[in-house]
Amino acid sequence: MSNSDLELKDVSISLGGKQLLEINCSVGPGEILTVMGPSGSGKSSLLVYIAGFLAPVFESSGSVLVNGADVCSLAAERRHIGLLFQDPLLFPHLSVAGNLRFALQSNAKQKNQAISEGLNDIGLAGFDDRDPSTLSGGQASRVALLRLLLSAPNAVLLDEPFSKLDTQLREETRTLVFDKLRASGLPTILVTHDQADAEQAGGEIRTLL
Amino acid sequence: MLRWAGHSLIFLLAAPILLGTLIASLPAFGYFPPLGSSDFSLEAWRELFEVPGLTRSVLISLISGVLTPLISLALVFLYLASATGSKLDLWIRRLVSPLLSFPHAAAAFGLAFLIAPSGLLSRIISPELTGWERPPDILIVNDTWGLTLLFGLIVKEVPFLLLMSLAALPQLQPRHRIEVARTLGYRPTIAWLKVIAPSLYPLVRLPVIVVIVFASATVDVALILGPTLPPTLSVRVLSWFNDPDLNLRFLAAAGSLLQLGVSLIAVAIWLALEKFVGLLWRFWLAAGNLNTGEGLAFAIGRSAMPLVLVVIAGSILALLANAFAGPWRYPSALPSSWTIQHWANSLSDLSTPLFNTVLISVSSTLLALLLVVATLESERQSSKSKSTALWLLYLPLLIPQIVFLFGIIVLTEFVGWQANLSLVIFGHLLFVLPYVFLSLSEAYRQLDPRWTQVASTLGASQLKSFWRIRIPLLLAPCLTAVAIGMAISISLFLPTQLLGAGRITTITSEAVALTSGASRNLISVWAVVQLSLPILGFMMALLIPKFVWRNRSGMIDTR
Repeated sequence: MSNSDLELKDVSISLGGKQLLEINCSVGPGEILTVMGPSGSGKSSLLVYIAGFLAPVFESSGSVLVNGADVCSLAAERRHIGLLFQDPLLFPHLSVAGNLRFALQSNAKQKNQAISEGLNDIGLAGFDDRDPSTLSGGQASRVALLRLLLSAPNAVLLDEPFSKLDTQLREETRTLVFDKLRASGLPTILVTHDQADAEQAGGEIRTLL
Repeated sequence: MLRWAGHSLIFLLAAPILLGTLIASLPAFGYFPPLGSSDFSLEAWRELFEVPGLTRSVLISLISGVLTPLISLALVFLYLASATGSKLDLWIRRLVSPLLSFPHAAAAFGLAFLIAPSGLLSRIISPELTGWERPPDILIVNDTWGLTLLFGLIVKEVPFLLLMSLAALPQLQPRHRIEVARTLGYRPTIAWLKVIAPSLYPLVRLPVIVVIVFASATVDVALILGPTLPPTLSVRVLSWFNDPDLNLRFLAAAGSLLQLGVSLIAVAIWLALEKFVGLLWRFWLAAGNLNTGEGLAFAIGRSAMPLVLVVIAGSILALLANAFAGPWRYPSALPSSWTIQHWANSLSDLSTPLFNTVLISVSSTLLALLLVVATLESERQSSKSKSTALWLLYLPLLIPQIVFLFGIIVLTEFVGWQANLSLVIFGHLLFVLPYVFLSLSEAYRQLDPRWTQVASTLGASQLKSFWRIRIPLLLAPCLTAVAIGMAISISLFLPTQLLGAGRITTITSEAVALTSGASRNLISVWAVVQLSLPILGFMMALLIPKFVWRNRSGMIDTR
């Protein structure tokens, strides 16, 4: 359990003098805030901004507080904010275990044990040495989730992570992801087009214009 | 530190070349303290213009400088117009990169042994077709007007321009445009020439100018295939430079400046030609829907490229046959027996140049790779757009080698440095850098930025994601860049010859030196070694990723 919280304070992002979005919100441990809006409303820019990758052409102001501490001046890798993309993006040159080991802190103890327990936990026991490109879409998504959790983030961002899965698989994966994030007590921001995603997330819903 | 990488790359390329060109002009005007002359004078120029046959030398350099790109580019465009999307095209696209790595000197020797009066071609068709019982007494190789030189240069530059065109084509969305033109009633070949060629040309203009400069100033190809009485300007400059009489240095300096002028004039002629052809094209486009000439364009386009391939294959065969030939009486098509005697004889002579070749090509290429990766990495991390100074990368290819290399030597003599291995490696670096950059930059810039972003969100520092993510993902393009860089270094003649003062020998410098006097068999052995080295490099670049990623099928899709 991490029990951290995530707060966006007077966050504003603009491009070429034109404001894309403005948001104030606070997400508690285990809560999932959903951000919806049409394409071009800047919802992806919001995630990119929180994660720390916003391109310099954008102007931004406001602050991102993780457990009360502003992370805006930190490089992405020091923010401890996890991000799930639309694609699982498992590193193709590493095995499943290699991908997971990449996420573990260098001082973590008993790495192999953490990895096999994690795999067991998501129903992929014994997949350690598999080539990630041989996994099914659902399996790859689960490994990506596990990889994120093993990196011990303080907050999580989800960028339409289920949009590329077919309906049946989307349902299953969504349940698994939400359950795990809640169980870990992580504050989460979900960006999506899909009303069903928002409903199942069960948290506050913000719509950008 | 990375921030400086881009600047230092450009400085490293531009400074020695511009400085070298400038300094080469000092002795041309009589100023050269190391030889005890510090008064400016026009003596060297007076001497230069009194050299017998100078006009002819200049003319031949000009002719090959203009005709080589003209014919090569015409063949490449006609080929693309007639063959895009065909089976032939798929086949040729696969062959074009390996063809490019065929060293100039080896290609020139192969061509010479193929088409000489007693060459492989003449033996194959004699006496049945020709009735020749002895080699005909005609001058084919080293002909007075440099036609064989021109032919050799075209065979060598067609693959280069084809590769450059193929790299530029996708951004024009050719298929889409052709379809539109065809629905308007144009035949495919004419459609290509009318709607693709005018937009493709500006994209390959710089490589075309590289070809002009190379063709007007080449030394090694001209030494092997070019005329001898008198030779091309560049060859004469080199011989003045190498003359034991140090006073000829002033003449060589003036000659190298004249070479720069000749190359510039060739470029100027090309630019005028460009205007003229552009005008013709506009009339042709405005003439509307005419499919006249389609048959001819199609026939030339479809046959030219296979012909170039046959010539290259024939050249390689001629080299292999000569390298292993026992007694071989004219006009037998094949030697009466095969032998490895020529190899056994050359073995002891080969070892030092082979060692030097590997040492120089590996060190210059690794240095280049280091600089290029640092530059691209700093470009990525500062998320700046592409550097506008990119054309500076072409600088070593846009100024005749002999001009700025000569200047670099003059500079080292001013400072009192001796020719040594590190100077040769530095000289090679100047030529290897642009090719390594051109080959790697596309892959590096196109790497999906999300890989690094994922790594960062997992807590990996830039350093960690560089070594653990970006370098492994880019292993194959890096190895290809290394293979290309090494191939370039292996094929270089002039930088080794000039900066090593003839004391540092490589396979290429020794092979070219054999031109006068050595037997065909001996030359062929050296040429075969020369052309095998780049092939080895490309094979490694192909096989290493296959081996390393044998259990990672995803590594094939990421490129």
